[in-house]
Amino acid sequence: MTRNSLKLALAAMGLVAAGAQAQDVTLTIESWRNDDLALWQQEIIPAFEAEHSGIKVIFSPSAPTEYNAALNSKLDAGSAGDIITCRPFDASLALFEAGHLTDLDDMEAMNNFSDVAKSAWQTDDGSATFCVPMASVIHGFIYNADAFAELGIEVPATEAEFFAALDTIKEDGSYIPMAMGTNDQWEAATMGYNNIGPNYWSGEEGRRALIAGEQKLTDDAWVAPYETLARWGDYLGDGFEAQTYPDSQNLFTLGRAAIYPAGSWEIAGFNAQADFAMGAFKPPVRNAGDTCYISDHTDIGIGMNAATADPEAAKTFLAWVGSPEFASIFGNALPGFFPLSKTPVELTDPLAREFVSWRGECESTIRSTYQILSRGTPNLENETWGASVAAIKGTSSPAELGQKLQEGLASWYAPQQ
Amino acid sequence: MSVPRIRWHIIVFLAPATLVYTAVMVFPLFNTLRLALYSEVEQARVFVGLENFRTLFFDPIWSEQFWNALGNNFWFFLIHMLVQNPIGIALAAILSHPRLRFAALYRSAIFIPTILSFVIVGFAWKLILSPIWGIAPSMLDAVGLKFLFAPWLGKEEYALTTLALISVWQFVGIPMMLIYAALLSIPDEILEAGEIDGITGMSAFWKVKLPLVLPSIGIISILTFVGNFNAFDLIYVAQGALAGPDFSTDILGTFMYRTFFGFQLQLGDPHMGSAIAGAMFAIILVGVCIYLFGIQTRMRRYQL
Repeated sequence: MTRNSLKLALAAMGLVAAGAQAQDVTLTIESWRNDDLALWQQEIIPAFEAEHSGIKVIFSPSAPTEYNAALNSKLDAGSAGDIITCRPFDASLALFEAGHLTDLDDMEAMNNFSDVAKSAWQTDDGSATFCVPMASVIHGFIYNADAFAELGIEVPATEAEFFAALDTIKEDGSYIPMAMGTNDQWEAATMGYNNIGPNYWSGEEGRRALIAGEQKLTDDAWVAPYETLARWGDYLGDGFEAQTYPDSQNLFTLGRAAIYPAGSWEIAGFNAQADFAMGAFKPPVRNAGDTCYISDHTDIGIGMNAATADPEAAKTFLAWVGSPEFASIFGNALPGFFPLSKTPVELTDPLAREFVSWRGECESTIRSTYQILSRGTPNLENETWGASVAAIKGTSSPAELGQKLQEGLASWYAPQQ
Repeated sequence: MSVPRIRWHIIVFLAPATLVYTAVMVFPLFNTLRLALYSEVEQARVFVGLENFRTLFFDPIWSEQFWNALGNNFWFFLIHMLVQNPIGIALAAILSHPRLRFAALYRSAIFIPTILSFVIVGFAWKLILSPIWGIAPSMLDAVGLKFLFAPWLGKEEYALTTLALISVWQFVGIPMMLIYAALLSIPDEILEAGEIDGITGMSAFWKVKLPLVLPSIGIISILTFVGNFNAFDLIYVAQGALAGPDFSTDILGTFMYRTFFGFQLQLGDPHMGSAIAGAMFAIILVGVCIYLFGIQTRMRRYQL
């Protein structure tokens, strides 16, 4: 008798478990934001699952530099997750053209985004949009406010003031003026060239002219930023040639460096690490009174794997990502990733508010090399990394660098020939 | 005359190894070579013959990268041949000295890095040599030689040599072990016969032992050659796929990886990647053939 009831109980348990399995759909998200794992697991996913019982979400990130290669292999092998975090422009466009991403134009949530926000995940003619825009990042400089107060430095607004501030810090000697290394190369291009550059090439105007072939990389507007970068070398720490990205982050958050050429994505990490007051200033303009331009780069979108087993659940998730509710959770959970949704989001983090306030004062643009221009070989973005490093180290002259980049671009890009 | 019996047991015993090896080595190798003859045009795979190789060797943009990587590869190999193998032989000779104490301890200590992962070795050395947190600058400072320190991994002129020496540090145990085993297998009678003829000490090493271990040195050279031209891990771990600074540490392995799988905004191109892999295969094949037919067949062997 007891044995029978035990069997019955076991069978009942089995049934319950099977029932639960049949209902629950699991969605896996592919992403390169391994820094955000905790935020997804603790804030974003529970908020979604609370509203949508029956859909379980797993956030499965890989390292940023390996993401594209790993994702492509997984998609080709059919083992990729249901939801794909989209790099902007060509990397995702190629995935769409290869049939790995679904056209999302008919989704209602897409109306929550401006055309500029969607442009990073559209075909060149704008006929299909394949990722829901999630966030942009803004470039600028984060500074150690305590150090600035101690040394009596005002926040610089022009380039002359910027270099004067660096000189003051260097003379004092208690701080490394600027925390950046050239070992990993991309910081020099992303936080160097594309950070200060828009002030030289007038943001969108110059970027579009370059794509149209009306300006060349040998023009003064594109070479002058390298001349400015060449002056940075004197203010970076000892042995900056072998300083890695995490080294720079640690130097700044340990309070050993005064200025950090930044992207807004650093905010969350810096808030957790640094125990001094921080502030941010936008890339200094060349002359007082000039219009300022900032790089407000559409950086993250999210789309659906065309081969997913549960397209309905995936679309439900994407629609939620496109909602103002997600924008508010995301914007505040990850200060520094600014939602692209049309509905303005009230941010609470002071540093993030400082960054986002520049949208009102300056003209926004995106990184110059991302749209169309990095489609061929040699790859302009990768070449720009090398060129920015060479400018800072002084191994090549700015004019030579412009010449080399222009030759590379012209070798495959018809409008520049 | 009877029909020769088929000896089934030979086939049965060979089959598992042959099947596994074919599935995981032979088939992928030939498939990669086949892939190199195609290209992708508008989402469709098109047969282009040797076009990819023409691009690789004659297109200025590709060939510059290829020759740079190949040159770096030769330098990487040269450092191993000039530093790793002589040190390995010297260590083996010292270790096989009968009166050396703690020989087993030294042997293990020198061999241990070989079994470490590349990731650990690359990361540990990056930290040791870091100008900010590393112990290399402070150790040099302690003996008053701080001026000798440079951010080696970040300078174009030193980075590749530094990485080659790190690799030497990791793998010096392999030639040491192989030569050590060869030295131990030399019978005492031969050495004693030499002693009677007045060959002792250093000259016993040069005139008796070294000629006897020469075949082992040949094997080590070819292992080093194949290992170095297939190298990838250490450079990738320490310098990333762009093999900075300014491609000064780019070797064929990293060049192939970057091309095949793509990097950052650069999209992967499996066909050009396969062409590079094909070129690597050819280089290694030629190197091994030169050794097998040009050197090994002429090497004098002694019956011990």
